[in-house]
Amino acid sequence: MTVTVERGGRVVRGHHRHHGRTTRPRRPHTSYALFLLPGVLAFLAVIVVPFLMNTGVSFTDWQGVGAPKWSGLANYRELMHDSEFWASFRHSLFMVVAMAAVPTVLGLVLAAALFDFVGKHFGTKIAAVLRACFYLPQVLPIAVAGIVWSWILAPDNGSLNELLKAVGLGSLQQDWLGDPDVALYSVMGVMVWVQIGFPLVVFMAGLQRVDPQLYEAAELDGAGWWRRFWHITLPQIRPEIYVVLLWCTIAALKVFGAVYVLTKGGPGGATDVPSYFSFTTFFEKTQVGYGAAISTVLTVIILVLALIGLKLQTRAEDAEEGLRA
Amino acid sequence: MTAVRRYPVLVALIIAALFMVLPFGIVAINAVKSPAEYSSNGPLSLPHGLYLDGLKDFWQRVDYGQKLVNSILISGSVAIGAAVLSVLNAYAIGIGRIKGRTWVLAFFVLANMLPQEALVYPIYYLSKQAGLYDTRLSVIIVFTVVQAAFGTYLLSSVLGRFPREIIEAARIDGANKWQVLWRIVVPVSRPTIGVLLVFFFIWTWNEFLLPLVMLISNDNQTVSVALGVLQGQRLMDATMTNAAALLGVLPAIVFFLVFQRTLTRGIAVGAVK
Repeated sequence: MTVTVERGGRVVRGHHRHHGRTTRPRRPHTSYALFLLPGVLAFLAVIVVPFLMNTGVSFTDWQGVGAPKWSGLANYRELMHDSEFWASFRHSLFMVVAMAAVPTVLGLVLAAALFDFVGKHFGTKIAAVLRACFYLPQVLPIAVAGIVWSWILAPDNGSLNELLKAVGLGSLQQDWLGDPDVALYSVMGVMVWVQIGFPLVVFMAGLQRVDPQLYEAAELDGAGWWRRFWHITLPQIRPEIYVVLLWCTIAALKVFGAVYVLTKGGPGGATDVPSYFSFTTFFEKTQVGYGAAISTVLTVIILVLALIGLKLQTRAEDAEEGLRA
Repeated sequence: MTAVRRYPVLVALIIAALFMVLPFGIVAINAVKSPAEYSSNGPLSLPHGLYLDGLKDFWQRVDYGQKLVNSILISGSVAIGAAVLSVLNAYAIGIGRIKGRTWVLAFFVLANMLPQEALVYPIYYLSKQAGLYDTRLSVIIVFTVVQAAFGTYLLSSVLGRFPREIIEAARIDGANKWQVLWRIVVPVSRPTIGVLLVFFFIWTWNEFLLPLVMLISNDNQTVSVALGVLQGQRLMDATMTNAAALLGVLPAIVFFLVFQRTLTRGIAVGAVK
């Protein structure tokens, strides 16, 4: 991954590829490994062992007390036929749209507009203030965002319904979070609001390293805003787009807090997602083996996606280097 | 471009930005309304005066001061612990260039991507066995490790480009590895470590699933969990809800104003989870 680091207020692009790699004799590397010891031990205890336990438990029939009974693939076979699981999984694809696809597209357009247009014609100060407004929801605990929105979306006296009434669109009033046909879309809307600031800020940072001469040359050639966006902005910040899509997709698959606070998976399972489904299976139904199987499947999906994403990203970066060389 | 065509775009962007902050505004005006005023005028009217009893009631009811202390204690400890752990790991990987560092690094990256759902029950079970269940220490330990995974990944790539000459010079002057780390590498990397501290603090502050499972007693809960649980139980009236929302939003706004530069720039230090 290419990394941009701020040093003394200046954004430095961190490729020192041709920086002379000196051919001094190397010391034995062993003793540096000692510095890794605390980290590796802590990781074994907090991540590796629990993860292996979870995988192990997923092959058992266990209620959390007593000895787990080995049941082989029974939990996984049951998952295959569990319509609740498939529904929760389908909902998480909706979350990918709301938390990765839509924010990336909107973030791109907003970042280009703020950087290339507002920044140039109205000053970087205004652009920075607008950027801050879009980013603000990102620093909010998801529980707090949930409180704010469940109150705004309340059926009686909720701000959104009151607002619709006030502007004469009273017929559009809904029980936003309580109607099974609407609830998923409402949660999606809230997630777009929560998520949009992240791609925006990453893309704006990426745009800072695009050579302004590219734009000037294109403008001289008579290219309009849209053509410059399509032919310069997009290709130039492709690495950032990959990173954002990857991180946001993973975040969407893991989404839990928002669902817990907004809808508790309801009404009637209409907004259930795998992470919430595994949580209730663990702690409310105490079917620990089954919950472990759900979270194992989720883990596999996320790791496969992550590996594909990282592969695509390195390939894109290699291709770019090839072009430059 | 002519001014006539310029302004509509700016206006559209400003309206979009206002829409983003509008929820905060609505919460703020309703948190200072009396219940009577709220029920007669609805959520969209401006308050006639400052009614602070709702905020006061909510503060006392959930013992909000204690929740703030818990959140600060947990997030602060995690930020420092995870930064130290990240520095040690990254020193071995980025500067020590230990054998198999690519695999070690891949291991940390994957650990960071694991969904917490796949760890939560064993951690719950193990912490009960170890007598750490429902302690703030348990959450501190877990998040120190989880956050250090990201920190290791980020710092390793920064330290991988650390000027070797400086280190070689210090070694020739007789400094051992430990001294090189604390007297040279850490001071020079201070900007990146600062970004990490801020992010670790805020991410831990906002965490929900693990603290929800691990911290069940009132005295140990964080701000996020206390508010989330209250909301989940739907025990609050409108005034109480707004008081809760406002008190939950305020620390976030303070972080935002204090760390705005670090946050928005720092995010570019390698894309955030």
